[in-house]
Amino acid sequence: MTAALKITDLKKVYANGPEALKGISMTVDSGDFFALLGPNGAGKSTTLGIVSSLVNKSAGRVEIYGHDLDTDLVSAKMCLGVVPQEFNFNMFEKVWDIVITQAGYYGIPPHVAKVNAEKYLKKLGLWEKRDTVSRTLSGGMKRRLMIARALIHEPKLLILDEPTAGVDIELRRSMWDFLKEINAQGTTIILTTHYLEEAEALCRNIAIIDKGTILAHTSKRELLQNLQTESFVIELSEAITELPDLDPFSCHLDDQGNLVVEVAKGRSLNAVFERLNAAGIKASSMRPTSNRLEELFINMVEGTLS
Amino acid sequence: MKASEILVAYRTITVREIRRFTRIWGQTILPPAITMSLYFVIFGNLIGPRIGSMDGHDYMDFIVPGLIMMSVITNSYSNVVSSFFSQKFQHSIEELLVSPVPNWVILAGYVTGGVARGLAVGLIVTLLSLGFTDLQLHNPLIIVAVVLCTSVLFSLGGFINAVFARSFDDVSIVPTFVLTPLTYLGGVFYSISLLPDFWQGVSKANPILYMVNAFRYGFLGITDIDVGFAFAMILGFTGLLFAFALHLLNVGKGIRS
Repeated sequence: MTAALKITDLKKVYANGPEALKGISMTVDSGDFFALLGPNGAGKSTTLGIVSSLVNKSAGRVEIYGHDLDTDLVSAKMCLGVVPQEFNFNMFEKVWDIVITQAGYYGIPPHVAKVNAEKYLKKLGLWEKRDTVSRTLSGGMKRRLMIARALIHEPKLLILDEPTAGVDIELRRSMWDFLKEINAQGTTIILTTHYLEEAEALCRNIAIIDKGTILAHTSKRELLQNLQTESFVIELSEAITELPDLDPFSCHLDDQGNLVVEVAKGRSLNAVFERLNAAGIKASSMRPTSNRLEELFINMVEGTLS
Repeated sequence: MKASEILVAYRTITVREIRRFTRIWGQTILPPAITMSLYFVIFGNLIGPRIGSMDGHDYMDFIVPGLIMMSVITNSYSNVVSSFFSQKFQHSIEELLVSPVPNWVILAGYVTGGVARGLAVGLIVTLLSLGFTDLQLHNPLIIVAVVLCTSVLFSLGGFINAVFARSFDDVSIVPTFVLTPLTYLGGVFYSISLLPDFWQGVSKANPILYMVNAFRYGFLGITDIDVGFAFAMILGFTGLLFAFALHLLNVGKGIRS
């Protein structure tokens, strides 16, 4: 099967600037839901900028569905839809005009463009706003407008750079559902996000990039298996003032007085409860801390992963 | 892209450009109409009769072609420079850059938008001039050819200015400090035969002089320069600027990191 995106030894050196990409290589399979994660300045946006032709590469090769950006740029661009991090539509144009104009750039005849525009504006809850000037839309609506615009030519590969930044929880969940839906229908999706919970909830494969180098490029499942310990928050029926001895598990109290226990990979949770019983501590509930990917990400970027 | 897709893309850019300047007609169409009407009243009606004839024609008849050409030049240039730069400024140019539209089509679309505004304003100014004088038509073909070529040339100039511009100040520098002086000194208001030999020579280094004179020749049949040479120069500059603008787009100057 042809890869949706294949990057080989990609380098980028900005004029008078640092080496943003130090020869990265990665492949995203067709139909995948892929996350590219990394801290600010890691090289995520540069990578996606090169893929979407907004940044000139210094060296390397990029292929989108087998179309090389250097030799078959038009075919490559036809396969690609891009939702950037910053709003980049004309703030003085109406919603309808923005999506119809974008369709025209892909050579889509007006009668087809109108059908697609109606379909995606309705799916993204913007149909009632089609005659509204875009600058008056809310932040969430502007973000959905960029998604509708990117999908107007029905690309095989959709790239989203921080698609839910600044979006409220309810809207974020509805956008997740929409992205899952179009992925299930066959659209390959690559996203960058600072909400690692988002990547964990949506993506099957993940690459972690830092300082222009790929640190990890694997499935989410394999990546999470790299976690050496997991943390669990145990709510207590009665508050305690002194930390119990739960050896061999280390523990501490959080700000709410909950007991946070570190459990090494492979150890049974039953042993935790045996120790709690022995210490006379009653647990009323238990949950994992924040999300596992976040812990892993911090470990990797800080270089503390064993 | 197939030819039919390229045509759709070209039409999309052109329609968007025309929609832009007609939407803000109070900033794009009305001001030159008012300014040129004032020129007609002041220079043509009030001062003109005291000046007498110029190259055997009433002063009003003499300045009308130059004023029309001045409107075409400034509006073609302004349309492209302001449109392209504002899209750079808002980053909405990225909509085009991620799309498969060939660069020459992008350039052609912007230039067509500039030509459309230049010709629209030129037509309005021409209609206004009919309220002040009866226009002669010595050679309509030359009139159309000169106005078309000139508006293409200055649309390309506006595009190149926008590519290099980093701020709104950069957008206004060329029109204010280059275009306007060259236009005023390009024989709009006088025949260079009135000047001493030295200044006639200097004037002939001004490309706008050739455009104004060739255009005036189409109306009145008089010119200070050789019309054939004027056409060759306009076409030569157009070719050069087109090649340069396309090169800038291809390398992504000012629009790609």
